[in-house]
Amino acid sequence: MSASTTVTGVDEAARASSPPGTGGDEIVLELTGVTKRYGDLAALDDADLVVRRGEFVAVVGPSGSGKSTMLNVMGTLDRPTEGTVRVAGRDIGELSDDDVSRLRADHIGFVFQHFHLAAGATATENVADGLLYAGVPRRERVSRARVALEKVGLGHRLDHRPHELSGGEKQRVAIARAIVGEPTLLLADEPTGALDSTSGAAVLQLLHDLNAGGTTIVVITHDLALAASLPRRVHVRDGVVSAAPPPAGGAATQSAGVAS
Amino acid sequence: MSARAARDRSRTGRVSPRDLLGLGVFGLRTRPTRVVLSALGIAIGIAAMIAVVGISSSSQAALDRVLAGLGTNLLQVQPGQSFSGDTVPLPEDTVPVLQRRDDVDEAAGIGRVAGQNVYRNDRVPAGASGGISLDAVQGDLQSVLRAETVSGTWFGAASSDLPQVVLGATAAATLGIDEVRPTTRIWIAGRWVAVAGILAPLPLAPELDSSAFVPATGAEAQFGFDGHPTQVYARADPESVTAVRDLLARAVNPADPRGVSVSRPSDALAAQQATEASFTGLLLGIGGVALLVGGIGVANTMVITVLERRAEVGVRRALGARRRHIRDQFLVESLLLSLLGGTAGVLIGGAVTAVFAVSQGWPVVVPVWAVGGGLAATVVIGGLSGLYPASRAARIPPTSALAAV
Repeated sequence: MSASTTVTGVDEAARASSPPGTGGDEIVLELTGVTKRYGDLAALDDADLVVRRGEFVAVVGPSGSGKSTMLNVMGTLDRPTEGTVRVAGRDIGELSDDDVSRLRADHIGFVFQHFHLAAGATATENVADGLLYAGVPRRERVSRARVALEKVGLGHRLDHRPHELSGGEKQRVAIARAIVGEPTLLLADEPTGALDSTSGAAVLQLLHDLNAGGTTIVVITHDLALAASLPRRVHVRDGVVSAAPPPAGGAATQSAGVAS
Repeated sequence: MSARAARDRSRTGRVSPRDLLGLGVFGLRTRPTRVVLSALGIAIGIAAMIAVVGISSSSQAALDRVLAGLGTNLLQVQPGQSFSGDTVPLPEDTVPVLQRRDDVDEAAGIGRVAGQNVYRNDRVPAGASGGISLDAVQGDLQSVLRAETVSGTWFGAASSDLPQVVLGATAAATLGIDEVRPTTRIWIAGRWVAVAGILAPLPLAPELDSSAFVPATGAEAQFGFDGHPTQVYARADPESVTAVRDLLARAVNPADPRGVSVSRPSDALAAQQATEASFTGLLLGIGGVALLVGGIGVANTMVITVLERRAEVGVRRALGARRRHIRDQFLVESLLLSLLGGTAGVLIGGAVTAVFAVSQGWPVVVPVWAVGGGLAATVVIGGLSGLYPASRAARIPPTSALAAV
């Protein structure tokens, strides 16, 4: 069974009443006793996790550890076999598929290892797509996409298509698409995994900048060095989540601290 | 949550038709080769159907135009056969009898003069008659048949002492005469005859195109005309053509109505058209099969597209798309693909119709119902072809973006 992670004592009243913008202790994401089984195999075993507004968390573990499953569950892309998942205060278990889609549109931004940009569309069009399902009128989508691209330092690449961009630039476009809707939670899956070290460092710096600007970010990675550079780490191994690196697991810095 | 964000949230999940259209167009734009190839199937089917309907309609329009010019109230009276199988000649007074009837507007006839040949000049050997008949005209044949002259005039005021002749189109061509001059003359029955005019082809009486016409008055003396008409044409009252047709035989020959045959030349043209219509039905069927195959091609393309785009669907689900949004996106894409093929088909079919009709000298007619029906068919086909692939796409799990490499 798992060692339960970090933070406890969730204050229901505080969560419900926490006013916007005051940050601090508003809970953005909460996994409670989450188990995900595929047949007999528990990819995630009784995991607990609380992420508060403004945090920058690394979920770190080797491949096959269950961190991808955790990402799917955190991102509401998949439902847990057991346990509850709350995103922005809403219990996923009580929501229909349409409502969960709506929750993603409003509250969650995704960044993928392989960018997943539409090949024939310009950077602006790709980013504007991030608002398509949030009911934002087209004109506003485009203007907000431009703002987001400038925010990630691509103001000079607005009309470039993905094949005209470097890997680092593509990932910046993908990040812009994820943040254009001002999500409550940004989930990044190996955001530097497909990049060379220079571009990777730049993308990481961008995420740090966004976090400094108030964005709550969870990065899923197997890169211990990357994880070490983040304020808080959560380790996953064999489906079990822990604040500290498992004893067998190498040299990474320990002491998972609570951010802010 | 800012005011702007709050407003946005309430609208979440609404994707406007225009945005759906944009998604569909984008999906097709990025795969041009596949789009062209799969739209081609639909295009061929629609083009075939439009061309078949268009050509048939153009042909009909051409016929209608001819009939409108010539009238459908023309009745043709000719000798019938008696019980014994002999040909019964028409009475000599057939034309005046018909002219006196109230239900006949006008009537005229010709009497074929047996044993007289028509030659270009007096040096042509007697055997080389060219198959031109000599017909004596009773009444105003030109008016009854709406005959146009391409050169010269119908029997005008006598411009010379010679008897006059008017040539049918084929007869004039056989004789090598394409223009009438004051000196133009031909050799009939051992005498010179002045050519007064040349007729255009007669659509309602093509049997007269190879005739040389002379007035009945004088023909008895000059050419040995026996006075019996062999073909009589009557313009019936347009309101009662069918009734008049049934009455004419008895009117012409009360003693032996069976010896008179009455027909309506415009019926023959219409019957010919009907034959073409059944052929048109067959071609339409073939076009329908092509359309069906095209629809299957679109369905096939869409299934493959969906398989290839699992990651895209995953990303869109992650961005907040509902199942319905994914389904609609692929459905719109399928509809657009099909409609694109249909539009191309209509244009190709219209072009084929235009080229064919112009080459035949017909008016170009592409019926609106055919165009509308063709496009409606493509919408139905696109919808049906897209239904299954789109519902499959909608079932792709949202985790697909992460699973895909």
